[in-house]
Amino acid sequence: MNADAVPERIAEVWGARTPYRRGDAWPRRADIHLEEGVGESDVDRWVRSACVLCSNGCACDIAVKDGRMVGVRGRETDLVNHGRMGPKGLYGSWQWNGKDRLTRPLIRRDGELVESDWDTAMDLIVRRSQELLDEAGPLSHGFYTSGQLFLEEYYTLGVIGKAGLGTPHMDGNTRLCTATSAAAMKESFGSDGQPGTYADIDHCDALFLFGHNMAETQTVLWSRVLDRLAGPEPPVVVAVDPRRTKVAEAAVESGGLHLAPLPGTNQALMNGLVRELIVNKWIDEDYVAAHTLGFSELEKTVEPYTPAHVGEICGIEPDTLARAAEIFGTSERVLSTVLQGFYQSHQATAAACQVNNLHLLRGMLGKPGGGVLQMNGQPTAQNTRECGADGDLPGFRNWENPDHVRQLAELWNVDELTIPHWSPPTHAMQIWRYAEQGSIRFLWISATNPAVSMPELPRIREILGKEDLFVVVQDGFRTETAEFADVVLPAALWGEKQGTFTNANRTVHLSEKAVEPPGEARADLDVFLDYARRMDFRDRDGDPLIGWQTPEDAFRAWQECSRGRLCDYTGLSYDKLRGGSGIQWPCDGERPDGTERLYADGVFTTSSAACEDFGHDLLTGGTVSATEHKALHPDGRAFLKAAEYTAPPEEPGERYPFVCTTGRTVYHFHTRTKTGRAPKLRRAAPEPWAEVAASDAAELGVTDGDLVLVESARGRVEVPARIGRVRPGVVFLPFHYGYWDTGGEGHPRAANELTMTEWDPVSKQPLFKIGAVRVRKVEG
Amino acid sequence: MHLATYLGLLHTSLNTLADAFREVGRGHGEEPDVEHTCLLLAGRIDRQTDALAPIVERYGEDREEEPERLHAAGLEGTRSGGVGLLRDLQDLYALSSFTDITWTVVGQAAQGLRDRELLDLVEDHEQETSRQLTWLRTRMKQAAPQALIAAR
Repeated sequence: MNADAVPERIAEVWGARTPYRRGDAWPRRADIHLEEGVGESDVDRWVRSACVLCSNGCACDIAVKDGRMVGVRGRETDLVNHGRMGPKGLYGSWQWNGKDRLTRPLIRRDGELVESDWDTAMDLIVRRSQELLDEAGPLSHGFYTSGQLFLEEYYTLGVIGKAGLGTPHMDGNTRLCTATSAAAMKESFGSDGQPGTYADIDHCDALFLFGHNMAETQTVLWSRVLDRLAGPEPPVVVAVDPRRTKVAEAAVESGGLHLAPLPGTNQALMNGLVRELIVNKWIDEDYVAAHTLGFSELEKTVEPYTPAHVGEICGIEPDTLARAAEIFGTSERVLSTVLQGFYQSHQATAAACQVNNLHLLRGMLGKPGGGVLQMNGQPTAQNTRECGADGDLPGFRNWENPDHVRQLAELWNVDELTIPHWSPPTHAMQIWRYAEQGSIRFLWISATNPAVSMPELPRIREILGKEDLFVVVQDGFRTETAEFADVVLPAALWGEKQGTFTNANRTVHLSEKAVEPPGEARADLDVFLDYARRMDFRDRDGDPLIGWQTPEDAFRAWQECSRGRLCDYTGLSYDKLRGGSGIQWPCDGERPDGTERLYADGVFTTSSAACEDFGHDLLTGGTVSATEHKALHPDGRAFLKAAEYTAPPEEPGERYPFVCTTGRTVYHFHTRTKTGRAPKLRRAAPEPWAEVAASDAAELGVTDGDLVLVESARGRVEVPARIGRVRPGVVFLPFHYGYWDTGGEGHPRAANELTMTEWDPVSKQPLFKIGAVRVRKVEG
Repeated sequence: MHLATYLGLLHTSLNTLADAFREVGRGHGEEPDVEHTCLLLAGRIDRQTDALAPIVERYGEDREEEPERLHAAGLEGTRSGGVGLLRDLQDLYALSSFTDITWTVVGQAAQGLRDRELLDLVEDHEQETSRQLTWLRTRMKQAAPQALIAAR
């Protein structure tokens, strides 16, 4: 197939249909896109990788010609994408190469960032780091990383922070995207680790998408769904979303439903669904008795949530709730997926746990088509969670389990007390608060752009701009955040370095280095190793703490850390990943080909000795103690966690009558640092907008394209209006538009100017979906 | 029968506790989780107080004759900074513990009276108090090292 044969994927986002029948394999199709004027025969070599521009992590090969990346091709044999690529993967993953990249370190001199060299920049970092260690100790240091680095880099950073410095203040922007996914699995199943797999789409006869606009967030996965819908025996789809999305439309066309609860009321809806399952006896009583704990508490908690009561809270028809529950309760194989509509909303973990509960009640886990996918927002988010560069200990270890901490201390040959474990590692929102209060004075930000992605941007800018906060920014481009840095380190990006990463369904891919990074840019791994060397971190025997130099050695070190844990990587190797394509962990001696689904036997990771977490009170986030956990004797049974619905922290009122919900759309990723520089994607969505319902627009006197002011108690944006498909009373703003490409005119367009500094009590994921705003037309 | 004295004590301490949670919540608005959780818990304590009404109707409540030292003192304001937050949460912890043992004592009377309704109420509400204590302990454990070591 040549490049011209691939249809334009800006307009045709999901490509042409390849229908298939339930239980059949999803047909293969190699999507390819090459630079204009380059044919397949011109390509010097194809280099193995996988895409990092959405959480799907599609396997692909990078086309290299004359030392440049000139295109990309989906890998047909891979279990994730069967050769398909989405518009971001095709047009955005390689086109930014070489243009306006950071090529030399920058340091701040007299208020300005000026070009420097690596020695000078690293000296500055190490000097400040040591000064603060002497003066205030490791609690003065914070690390805020990404969902974009490779496994090897996260693991190395985790060891530096936890065993080198000994700071608990490490998190990733995965806190903004996937923290609730991990939290919900820990609460229900005892450990992080996705139970289901993407192949469940091939087998299901009902598909529920909870707050998951898969059509825009994971386009390739959505084409798999569309192909099922176009084939014989299509599944019935149910969508939960306040907007009439493509997913919602497909749901209705499939004979399913679109439920559009008011933002902030998901938990009421879920309690209603669980109650319907229980009162109609659509539950597998044997499974519940043998494999779960907490049924009577759950039953009691959901009892008040009749369809009528839920209808009132959520603003939906009671009948639709009952019908949705019937589809869930009576279908043979149900697959559920969950994403930001739940994760970034009120009672996030509680609502995501209720999805797990629906599956536990029906015994619908670990079998083809019967599974749950607690999704990720980012491709390598899973690795932040696994490797301990975020608010977790490496290898899904439990900070409250002394044996687990001892294992790490032995592995790293350090004193147990070096590894902070007096409470869970500090979550991102708290790291920023400590920086605001001045107790964190050194903040190292890698591969993320909080000046656009964090909630309440006016506050974040103020923190980043503080005199007494030393900010290091490590990235490929001069981002909005880099403008606040004391030191900017130029990082190699995808295709310019080697490493592995793992996607939402546990599939590990190897990404090889295709080209040299521009100028003096270095792989993130090399930067972290350089810091460790200059800081002279030592183990108990006086040897260097970090004993590895290359990505492959870092991978082997990680394998040892993962040994015997749920995320066991010991059966993998770079060579094995080169021989085939993606492999799903756990992969060890007994399971050399990986593992498609977890928990097929109904035995969960909940024993007190193995579990990653003893659990929380879903209402407050109070932690269950080790003693309480042991007393429950979970012994492999899953928890049916319950929580009543409570009103969200901010509701629309007289001053701010609309609920503002924000989200990602198909043509951009993250803060557009890469996708905004890919011409096709940039042209497709150059500006943000505000989507309002037709009836609201009429009342506001707004027509399509009018400039509107959207304002919350925290900030404002001025963007054109789109008369759209949100439910009345709700405004949608696409987030992650920043300011690097606006010519520096004020701060009127990032959705996060408006969003609030509030988070879920268990997952600590911020609430991006429920701010109260007012809207008016801007005259002129 | 002196149960009325303890019901009075319970009633007063629940009101004091709810007020104290509100006070700390409002006083620490810059810690959004503290504010939100305190207000949430205050609302739930109000519900406990309401649920106590039929019991009070049955046994009466005597608020006059308790010795002064049985009163749980409320909060007069909140403190600032990391250590201030810790101290305020610790005050809540003390007040919540006071309520906790008061429920226990009332529960013992309910056993002796074989009052199933009161027993059920005590069981529910002891869980609620335990939720308060658990959250306070969790939040204080999180905040303590930073406040005591790194804060300036």
